Amino acid sequence: MTATTLSSRQHAPESEDIPLTVTQIGMIAFLASEVAFFSTLIVAYLTFLGKDTIGPTPAEALSLRVPLVSTVFLLSSSGAIYLAERGLHSARPGAFRKWWALTILLGAAFLAGTLYEWSELIGVHRLTISRNLFGTTFYTLVGFHALHVTCGIIAMLVLLGLSWRCGLSATKGGGVELVSWYWHFVDAVWLVVFSVVYWWGR
Amino acid sequence: MAIAEQQPDAVATLGWTGVLHEWTTTVDHKKIGILYVLMSLVFLVVAGLEAILMRCQLLVPRNDFLPPNTFNQLFTMHGTTMVFFVGMPILIGVGNYLVPLMIGARDMAFPRMNALGFWATLFGGILVYSSYATGGAPAIGWFAYAPLTERTFARSAATDLWALGLLVSGIGTLTSGINFIATILGMRAPGMTLRKIPFFPWTMLWTSVQIVFAIPPLTAALIMVLLDRNLGAHFFDTQNGGSAYLWQHLFWFFGHPEVYILVLPAFGMVSEVIPVFSRKVLFGYEFMAAATAAIAFISMGVWAHHMFAVGMSKTLDLYFAAASLLVSIPTGIKFFNWLATMYGGKIRFASPMLFAFGFLSMFLIGGLTGIMLAIAPFNFQLSDSYFVVGHFHWVLIGGTLFGLFSGLHYWYPKVTGRMLSERLAQWQFWLLLIGFMLTFGPMHISGVLGMPRRIYTYDANRGWEFWNQITTLGALIQVPSYALFVINITWSYFKGKPAGDDPWNAWTLEWATTSPPPSYNFEEIPHVRSRRPLWDLKYPDDPDWKYE
Repeated sequence: MTATTLSSRQHAPESEDIPLTVTQIGMIAFLASEVAFFSTLIVAYLTFLGKDTIGPTPAEALSLRVPLVSTVFLLSSSGAIYLAERGLHSARPGAFRKWWALTILLGAAFLAGTLYEWSELIGVHRLTISRNLFGTTFYTLVGFHALHVTCGIIAMLVLLGLSWRCGLSATKGGGVELVSWYWHFVDAVWLVVFSVVYWWGR
Repeated sequence: MAIAEQQPDAVATLGWTGVLHEWTTTVDHKKIGILYVLMSLVFLVVAGLEAILMRCQLLVPRNDFLPPNTFNQLFTMHGTTMVFFVGMPILIGVGNYLVPLMIGARDMAFPRMNALGFWATLFGGILVYSSYATGGAPAIGWFAYAPLTERTFARSAATDLWALGLLVSGIGTLTSGINFIATILGMRAPGMTLRKIPFFPWTMLWTSVQIVFAIPPLTAALIMVLLDRNLGAHFFDTQNGGSAYLWQHLFWFFGHPEVYILVLPAFGMVSEVIPVFSRKVLFGYEFMAAATAAIAFISMGVWAHHMFAVGMSKTLDLYFAAASLLVSIPTGIKFFNWLATMYGGKIRFASPMLFAFGFLSMFLIGGLTGIMLAIAPFNFQLSDSYFVVGHFHWVLIGGTLFGLFSGLHYWYPKVTGRMLSERLAQWQFWLLLIGFMLTFGPMHISGVLGMPRRIYTYDANRGWEFWNQITTLGALIQVPSYALFVINITWSYFKGKPAGDDPWNAWTLEWATTSPPPSYNFEEIPHVRSRRPLWDLKYPDDPDWKYE
């Protein structure tokens, strides 16, 4: 028996039941767990919204200026990663790398926006995680989202490096699809966080 | 089937360091499964000893065998260990070993992530126990109610280590949940549609779904505890507007599905054992499958029945009482199906079946006291009393542990290639059954008599003395039962009767390969046409698929 026939992923899944590969199923399960995680943080945010006896309140501290620009960056990065994937599928590695790198840059720009916003919140409004309930829940929720953006950027950098060194193809680049799913998910979470924190919460 | 290949003596070929290296770097689902089970058994002994120490303290009124603070640490560590480092990992371990074999796959979907899951669980356990190095374990109870976990009340780093340990092991649990889902949905042998899947993998699938939705909220809540304690956040810090009530909701949103994470795999195990030892197919497979899914769904919405005494609104009380009672319907369906499977069957009273009987009778009682506790006004009276302690031990030992022992006795020959000693197994069963009933039966009575849980001692004139003494006696009777099990699995490993591929004359795929299975599980991936593929192989003239 050769090594290939022993490979655990060799036999194709029963497509009559579930038309997905095991890695796709695994990614969906992981993203489902992330939904549960972020839902918990959002529940905590809403629980304490408006319960503070000391300021600053969301209305006092949060401005829409920077977050709106960041949101545009992050949402357009979803488009960029889609174009990168299309480049990979039509066997144009140059196009893949161009759009993929743009996705990374847009993600980094989003993070820069968060950094700028936080430095303003801490420096001007004196809002820290220990200041009041708003600070506690705001930094936890927005911070964990930013952490997810950071993880996505690291994963994309790894794949970019792999693409440069070894080349990725539509059949060999399964990670690209999964990372793009993750990235779209992080984007969608931001839409919810943005609506809750900057729109509903103010 | 292929002749059992000679397993070369690993120590002779690799040397001790080679064996150690192989086991620490393995990504084979069978080895990882064995590691999970062995780790859980070690933690079972540790947490069992903690329970025995507590029972010694409660033997007589006004006892000073243990100081109060030590007692608080012991019940915290006992509960935490049993839930996170015995119950979950041992079921995940058995699942790890069996799921790929039963669905005709060569490994789990993500073998390296599988190894990560095991090591994260082990190091999580070590982290929790390293809290003793800070001068004492946390004394917060296994559900760690706020604001007890805040710096103000738990000053040492013990509580941080506890939270970190559960966070790390939670990541391990989550990865295995994801792994099971991908494996069971994506790697079944050709022909094994979802409707032909053996019952144990089916229950592991739903357990994993619950893991995926229940563990992350706990992770988030533990992160909040750590932020409160180390960065001065105020989630559960009631002095600064934080909410102790929020912690209860978050914890039990994890905590109640957790109960079903712990019991669904046991349902799966007895659902494999009962048909084989009654020589009949599982009665009402579709209903059983649907009931499993129903339990998984309903149990995500019943968590606040742990919180009736908090004083929620009347609407919430009503909803959570009704939802909790609803769980008894799919569970009842399962019971009747198990009984119908046995009805008219040719029952063999070998040790796996004996434990399955123990499971059926004991879990039924635990379920009935559960219905009592789901009724909010009754719960007001007995919340946080020994009645509750008696109830959930009856469910977790009577349900999970008896079911698990049924499975361990059933599959041990597959794992080791040798039979367990039936005599030792029978002794183990009867000692466990008697010891168990004596331990946890009287707890219901001392609870009704008003004894609160977690007290380190009590006065003589309360009428609790007698019941506590019976409880302690029962706990001591259980000790030799566990010792016999350890002796049995050790002795049989070297001296047990050779088992052959299929000692129980069973019907699922794991018995179609050698015992123990080769690292690649199957020489040829089998093609499946019915729910009992091995029956089809054995009786080609009268195959199941004609009738399904």
